[in-house]
Amino acid sequence: MARIVQPAGQPAPTNAPNAPDAPASNDAAGQANFDAIIAKDSRVEPKDWMPEAYRRSLVRQISQHAHSEIIGMQPEANWITRAPSLKRKSILMAKVQDEAGHGLYLYSAAETLGTTRDDMMDALVAGKARYSSIFNYPTVTWADMGAIGWMVDGAAICNQVPLCRASYGPYGRAMVRVCKEESFHQRQGFEILLELAHGTPEQKAMAQDAVNRWYAPSLMMFGPPDDDSPNSKQSMAWNIKRFSNDELRSRFVGMLAEQVKVLGLTLPDSEIRFNEDTKKWEYGPLDWEEFKEVLAGRGPCNAQRLERRRSAHEDGAWVREAAAAYHDKQLAKQAAEQKAAA
Amino acid sequence: MSEGTSTEGATAAAGAGAHRWPLWEVFVRSSRGLSHVHAGSLHAPDASMALRNARDLYTRRNEGVSIWVVPSDAIAASDPDSKGAFFESPQGKDYRHATYYTKSEGVKHL
Amino acid sequence: MHGGGASLGDSSASATRITPGFALRPEDIALAAKQGTARPGADVAEYALRLGDDALILAQRLGHWISRAPELEEDVALGNIALDQLGHARSFLTYAGSAWGKSEDDLAYFRREPEFRSAHLFEQPNGDFAATIARQFIAASYQFPLYRELAKSSDPMLAAIAAKAVKEVDYHLDHSTQWVLRLAGGTEESRRRMDAGLKLMWPFVGELFEDDPLTAKVGDAGVVPSSLKEEFDRGTGAVLAEAGLDVSGHPMATGGGRQGRHSEYLGFILAEMQVLAREFPGASW
Repeated sequence: MARIVQPAGQPAPTNAPNAPDAPASNDAAGQANFDAIIAKDSRVEPKDWMPEAYRRSLVRQISQHAHSEIIGMQPEANWITRAPSLKRKSILMAKVQDEAGHGLYLYSAAETLGTTRDDMMDALVAGKARYSSIFNYPTVTWADMGAIGWMVDGAAICNQVPLCRASYGPYGRAMVRVCKEESFHQRQGFEILLELAHGTPEQKAMAQDAVNRWYAPSLMMFGPPDDDSPNSKQSMAWNIKRFSNDELRSRFVGMLAEQVKVLGLTLPDSEIRFNEDTKKWEYGPLDWEEFKEVLAGRGPCNAQRLERRRSAHEDGAWVREAAAAYHDKQLAKQAAEQKAAA
Repeated sequence: MSEGTSTEGATAAAGAGAHRWPLWEVFVRSSRGLSHVHAGSLHAPDASMALRNARDLYTRRNEGVSIWVVPSDAIAASDPDSKGAFFESPQGKDYRHATYYTKSEGVKHL
Repeated sequence: MHGGGASLGDSSASATRITPGFALRPEDIALAAKQGTARPGADVAEYALRLGDDALILAQRLGHWISRAPELEEDVALGNIALDQLGHARSFLTYAGSAWGKSEDDLAYFRREPEFRSAHLFEQPNGDFAATIARQFIAASYQFPLYRELAKSSDPMLAAIAAKAVKEVDYHLDHSTQWVLRLAGGTEESRRRMDAGLKLMWPFVGELFEDDPLTAKVGDAGVVPSSLKEEFDRGTGAVLAEAGLDVSGHPMATGGGRQGRHSEYLGFILAEMQVLAREFPGASW
């Protein structure tokens, strides 16, 4: 192996940290180096040796995250053509478009781990990949645009800010970019609700109804309770995750509890309180059975969301093929011209 | 590289995902006088579309005044396994740095 | 195949300095109208309404693509174009409305179908990607010289709106041109679809370049539509020739959009666009 190598996503076998059965997996020096990086809270970069489980865990998490952005476009795209003012239409369009961008940043990060976007996309449309189950709920009123921005994006930001320091460099960097761009997402949602809450009685009722429906699902976005979250512990040990699901959830509830007062609305949970002893926010029980049902594909919109992604992907196949074919023809033409000139 | 390059991949793949677009790395100059900095990557069928996609994806908020795109597999990178040997030499050669020269400290305009 | 690829496909923080930039926004136009520093006469307002409606209906159509495009990169590209068009629409409508004490939203949401002034081209359904590209190619080939000339308008506000819009539409023209070439020169299927898309959209070219009493009345404030036709023909002709596409046989449809006689599609577009706003008249969002 030359000292200078092609930095391929799938390098040659002799130097194949990406390959599942690569001999390098047993590389004690690689492991020691990796452990040292984690211990120093430094960053793992794509060409570094890393334990296969770390790689798999990252691919799982980053691709799920990317899928969530892409599927997450749909519930909001649902209202682009009906947005009630042109300003709101611009904002919503920009936001949904940003989500496509965020999906792309994240797929890019996952690709550095040796998995192609096509493979991830294929897994998604085949129904083999997961994404945030909250996007399987329908957006039935305009106020849902507000509730999604305020609560769903709010929860996402709580989750994502610590991920900017994830031990895997490309993931952290993608999250930095995502977080910068998301800063307007939550605010625009809050302002939609604020406007509605101070509007006509019907508008206010619409806002309250949306908050009621999105509250519990947004809390469940942080994942199962800590004692039922199989991947969390390892993820934290690897410095991918920085805080536990319950810790982030509790923090988030605290933010909502304060912000909802500004809206003049209420949260559908009478048990929210700040525990002075633990210094943590507490909340009523969540319906984890429903969460599991939706995650398992039995939510109100699972089939619809997947079908839409599948059809967009398949309907676009001829376009992707055409562009690739055009490029090939151009290359062939250039080669012929060069040959003729020589 | 035994797996073939992405450009070959674009024509060689079969099935539903045939003609996959290769990966490009995007470098953005945020303002005049600064270097292009790696911003991310994207997929595109060719260089001119890659530039346009990069413009749409990486400069939606005035992030740049100039963009480079490079096919990912055209970039050669140093071997991570040789990290020690490759980057060891400059270590300890602190006489390359102004801070090494302490006796002249305090002398003006030096 | 696992495409090769430098494993640095990530986003680096240092290249993401973001700023809102400086440009004329609809809010600025509304403010100028309120302060009385820029208010169009009735004819200029009518003229601006046409431009605004074209852009609004096109934005409404393009907005539908977001989350449905052939590739994620194209979701972002079409989204940018839709946002540009919506921005132009908001500027033109805000300015037009200031003549009648109406806001952009009054005009977008509370006019009836015959009161719209959009040309039929912009109302045509998205169809497949090739049909959308055909519509985009025609629209941008028309809007680019239009806005370039309008940037010299004797009406300073129209000139300012057009000066911003022309740069954006320049890119739209480039985007659609790239795709016309690729679809025409790609596969057999893409060529067939590109051809079919042009067949669907080309009949609506004629209406764009028809002069009428209003375009005469606005004089130097506007652009005479027929004066743009030669450049349109030359520009589209060159691209179509390179692509090996022929549109010479396509008949021209009777328009009528400028007089409020629309395609069958506009009613549905408005029904969808206006439904919520009309459910709560007078509400603030």
